[in-house]
Amino acid sequence: MSTYWKANQRRLAPWLFLAPGMAMFAIYVIIPIFQSMWISFYDWDGLGDAVWIGTANYVELVDDPEFYTSFKNNLIWLFLYLLAVPAGLLIAIFLNQNVRGIRLYKSLFFFPFVISQVVVGLIFTWFYAPGFGPIYLLTEWIFGQGTAILADDRYVTYGIIAAGLWPQIAYVMILYLTGLNNVAPDQVEAARLDGAKGWRMLWYVILPQLRPATFIAVVVTVIGALRSFDLVSIMTAGGPYGSSRVLSYYMYEQALSEYGYRMGYGAAIAVVLFGIMMVFISGFIWKMWRDETER
Amino acid sequence: MVHLKKGALALTAALLMSTSAYAQDKRVLNYYADFDPIPLAAFEALITDFETANPEVDVVLQNFDHEGYKTAIRNFLTTDSPDLANWYAGNRMAPFVNAGQFQDVSDVWEANGLSDALASAKASMTIEGKQYGVPYTYYQWGIYFNKDAYKAAGIEVPGPEGVNWDTFVANCEKFKAANIDCLTTGTKALWPGAGIFDYMSLRTNGYEWHMDLTAGKIAWTDQKVRDVFAQWAKVQPYITANHAALEWEDAAALMVQGKAANYVMGNFAVGNFKQGGMTNDNLGFMVFPEITPGLPRAEEAPTDTIHIPSGAKNVDDAKLFLAFVADAAVQTKLNAALSQLPTNKNSTVPADDPFLVAGFESLSSAYALAQFFDRDAPAEMAKAGMEGFQEFMVKPENLDAILERLESVRAKAYE
Repeated sequence: MSTYWKANQRRLAPWLFLAPGMAMFAIYVIIPIFQSMWISFYDWDGLGDAVWIGTANYVELVDDPEFYTSFKNNLIWLFLYLLAVPAGLLIAIFLNQNVRGIRLYKSLFFFPFVISQVVVGLIFTWFYAPGFGPIYLLTEWIFGQGTAILADDRYVTYGIIAAGLWPQIAYVMILYLTGLNNVAPDQVEAARLDGAKGWRMLWYVILPQLRPATFIAVVVTVIGALRSFDLVSIMTAGGPYGSSRVLSYYMYEQALSEYGYRMGYGAAIAVVLFGIMMVFISGFIWKMWRDETER
Repeated sequence: MVHLKKGALALTAALLMSTSAYAQDKRVLNYYADFDPIPLAAFEALITDFETANPEVDVVLQNFDHEGYKTAIRNFLTTDSPDLANWYAGNRMAPFVNAGQFQDVSDVWEANGLSDALASAKASMTIEGKQYGVPYTYYQWGIYFNKDAYKAAGIEVPGPEGVNWDTFVANCEKFKAANIDCLTTGTKALWPGAGIFDYMSLRTNGYEWHMDLTAGKIAWTDQKVRDVFAQWAKVQPYITANHAALEWEDAAALMVQGKAANYVMGNFAVGNFKQGGMTNDNLGFMVFPEITPGLPRAEEAPTDTIHIPSGAKNVDDAKLFLAFVADAAVQTKLNAALSQLPTNKNSTVPADDPFLVAGFESLSSAYALAQFFDRDAPAEMAKAGMEGFQEFMVKPENLDAILERLESVRAKAYE
């Protein structure tokens, strides 16, 4: 035993250190993924016996209009949420200067990200509230008739995304601010000597150096958009009549909410959502792997 | 956050109580419930009375926040079961009964003559001939209205017997002219809309038809369903706009402020109206108007119940507690504190509360009692139905699509 240990100590030690993390990751991430896939082939209310129904849940999903509404909303979320990346960059560049009290301004801009998403949701719900919300009153003042954004199936998703963008922009901004700190001053100086300024400076000199920050910003924004749940739950609970649902919320509704407890169907939605996420995640991993091996 | 804090407090209290119980060597009866503050105080008084009557039993009440309880019950019934648990009558208890999570308590009903005393609630506690719990309270639904709004619009104030449907619709036009919402509701949480639908359905086609509909025996594309929505369409334009973004409390505020006149609601809302400053003088109650003449009048009366889980450890004392809760005098005292109606027909209601008196009158003279759409219909149908009702009240032109969707849900939900 001890001779084996001495001979292989260097080879075994990393695995021993990794073991607790790997065990946790397996128990709480890897195994549940396969469990969800397994449950998605059952009809199960969480209490009684689970009945094997094969792919019936997926067949139902294909014909389910609610599923398509949720899926469409997820796509809207994905595209509009990405606005956080240029918006965050803009604010970061704006704040990246040396004036008195800039730290205070930076922290104020960062503030929305510190607030809990639940609070953000409540604040925006009040903004939109019919009768007294400032945005409702604004629409009333401009158009003569107020629009309750969260009660209108045409605008509700955009209203929630606007609430989500507020903290997300702050998050992206902080990523870019740290990135801007690492921009090489000599390159900026050299570019300036060559006559670059304004957009050309930004596009050809600054942005390429911010690529790692952009990469992280896109990754967190895409994943944030796909797992959007808290704001939908707080602001509308998927309403009015289900028009602001996203896949993660629909999964929760079907599997765990008061009128749900269709565990199999919820698991099937989870598997589809997982598939969509995997497209992006494997893309990101592939890019990271490529970058690291090329170097 | 508030709920969390409350939960933590309740937990500490429960822990303290249980340790003291062991010290005194009493038989512990664990009771999980989901009371709001006022009912909680009422039940603490009831438990004190029970412990005085049965000094050898110590009831340990663990209170959950109302919404969290609905999820928690599924976990604790299968893992660490209490001796008593709160739930609801009708179809809402069916999944637990069918999964064998609630005990048959027919013997408690038998031994205490409850079939007679609790006759009005018996049907909703019975599955396949056996009773699975004991009801302790119910409350009436109906139309609550602001008398000042009626006066402001120059309309005669209705009495508790209500008006007929044509008058109600005609009044709505006058309210419209006075810039007051004739009918208000807040459907963000969906269920308030189901209250309106239930009454439309009960009044248009009657109790038996409504129960057949919620039991899945009638197609949603049936002409009689369309009749219900055709009546509803008459008042749809007078319902508060943007109700889909309002909580039910927000709509109550509209009525308190006189911006809305009528509200189809349960009696629990009286507390909100009065907190908002309304009094017995300007808050009115009437039964929902008759639509199809000659139909026997059925009412909504959701019933709250207590059950014994199958995993209960102290079943004997739990049954003792159920019998105690079913008692006429106990229900009189409990419901006076709850401001709700006792299910025991030998109980009395306080004469100085006009809404309880009117409710007691309305329910005791009713032909039959429905539970509520989400308790009469199975969960999947209830959810889809309530979304459909909300959509209809916003976009009545979508009716065909709504009914077809509900019909396709019906095909799945009642398998």
